[in-house]
Amino acid sequence: MSTAAPLTVRDLTVAYGDRPALWDVDLEIAPGRLTAIIGPNGAGKSTLLKAALELIPRVAGTVAFFGRPFTEVRSEIAYVPQRAAVDWDFPTNVLDVALMGTYPRLSWFRRPGPEARQRATDALARVGLSELKDRPIGALSGGQQQRVFLARALAQDAQLYLMDEPFAGVDQPTERTIVEVLRELRREGKSVIAVHHDLQTAPDYFDDAVLLNVQVFAHGPAAEVLAEDQVRHAYAARPVRLSFGQAH
Amino acid sequence: MWDYTLVSIALGSVALGLASGVMGSLAVLRRQALLGDTLAHATLPGMVIAFAATGQRTYPVLAVGAALAACLAALLVAWLRSRTRLDSGTILGTILSLWFGAGVWGLAYVGRWPTANKAGLDKFLFGQAAALTMEQSVVMMALSAIILAVVTLFSKELKVFIFDPVFAATIGLTERRMGVLFTLLLVLAILIGIPTVGVVLTSAMLVAPCLAARPFAHSLRALIALAGAIGLVCGLLGTWISASVPNLPTGPAIVLLLGVAVAIAQFRPRRPSGPAMQSSDEPATAAQPAGGKP
Repeated sequence: MSTAAPLTVRDLTVAYGDRPALWDVDLEIAPGRLTAIIGPNGAGKSTLLKAALELIPRVAGTVAFFGRPFTEVRSEIAYVPQRAAVDWDFPTNVLDVALMGTYPRLSWFRRPGPEARQRATDALARVGLSELKDRPIGALSGGQQQRVFLARALAQDAQLYLMDEPFAGVDQPTERTIVEVLRELRREGKSVIAVHHDLQTAPDYFDDAVLLNVQVFAHGPAAEVLAEDQVRHAYAARPVRLSFGQAH
Repeated sequence: MWDYTLVSIALGSVALGLASGVMGSLAVLRRQALLGDTLAHATLPGMVIAFAATGQRTYPVLAVGAALAACLAALLVAWLRSRTRLDSGTILGTILSLWFGAGVWGLAYVGRWPTANKAGLDKFLFGQAAALTMEQSVVMMALSAIILAVVTLFSKELKVFIFDPVFAATIGLTERRMGVLFTLLLVLAILIGIPTVGVVLTSAMLVAPCLAARPFAHSLRALIALAGAIGLVCGLLGTWISASVPNLPTGPAIVLLLGVAVAIAQFRPRRPSGPAMQSSDEPATAAQPAGGKP
């Protein structure tokens, strides 16, 4: 499974109303690597992940995970949404959220057993939250919230991890923990694709980078892709209007 | 003094309290309390049509009509949400008033019919637990049991779907599957509320027990259990008060009691475990706006 490209995107176009968020995107992500998706605000970075996961409709294009449709390989893919997307006042605790990562491997009606609890507990240990496992999630800091989400994804034990802004608004210890977890995943032969907004840290944290602004501007080793003129070109690009066709 | 009427009423109140405590908690956590209100109002024309078509006003017959009208309203809400850019509140408000308006007009229309049977439909507006028959109570208990069984069976699926619908969709618990299940359960809970608290106040029955229980509950299970218990106690007490005070309908009595429970609960500090732990980073609420950017 690790030899096939974890994510292949062909001619993907996604629109909000008449404004394309993604235009004719072609991508083949290399296996076993940490890939950053980088681009300015409104570049369609989160949209790319969401469209690939069939969370929002596509206008055109195909997406394959490990050469197969998403619905066939669901359990091999773990998604870490932006943490602002949920209500953290929900009455539950840290361990419970991590346990949600074990649900995909449980059949309907089955409750998580000792094996699942062990997997969730291990995942919490990897992100340094063992001591907070009984804490209500409403009492967590932003960085801790992000780590709970990461633990939930680790508990899924997937082959590909898709993360939406995992470093957004987190504290230093959390940032270090996430970087460490990413490197562990790479050592285990897993692939990671993360939306990232920090050009400075991207070459340190990631092997590859995709420079995206509605279209793909560059894709390759992070240090090369993030060379200054490439980035300036991508960030200066105007969004495309469907009615006017492509315009840079 | 276990007379027959009293047992009926008590059974009905137990069913009502449990069902609305459970489903109301889920609806509030899913931020769909207003959907509950809309669907409750939407049952009225269904009951009128069921009565007009069959000439009967037994609870099972009316409940079928009520359920169909509520489901139709829910489908229309879902369709408008996906096809228009109207915000959710506008859509719900519109459907609520349209369906309810049609129901009130229907009530007036069948009220002019020369049948002896016509009286009694309007008691479903504000509820009348004192008139609860054993047949109604048994149906209410059965519906309540269905809700409890399904919520227990699908507890982990419902939990993850309500907490994080986006993540849930990626593991196969899509809006289409889980949203339909959730809405059907909500309609069942509303059907249970109609005979006792009535169409207009059913939403209070859904929202209030959860609000009263929330400050004391740190897990979903505890919240649901406590909300169910609060609904049950207020249901029984309200029914008793309404039976002893002349001209006080049951619905308002129960709802006012629930209001008192909610008010009292707010005096309890929200998190006894201490304030939110903000270590070195910014407060959690300062995160990026939800929903991501286009």
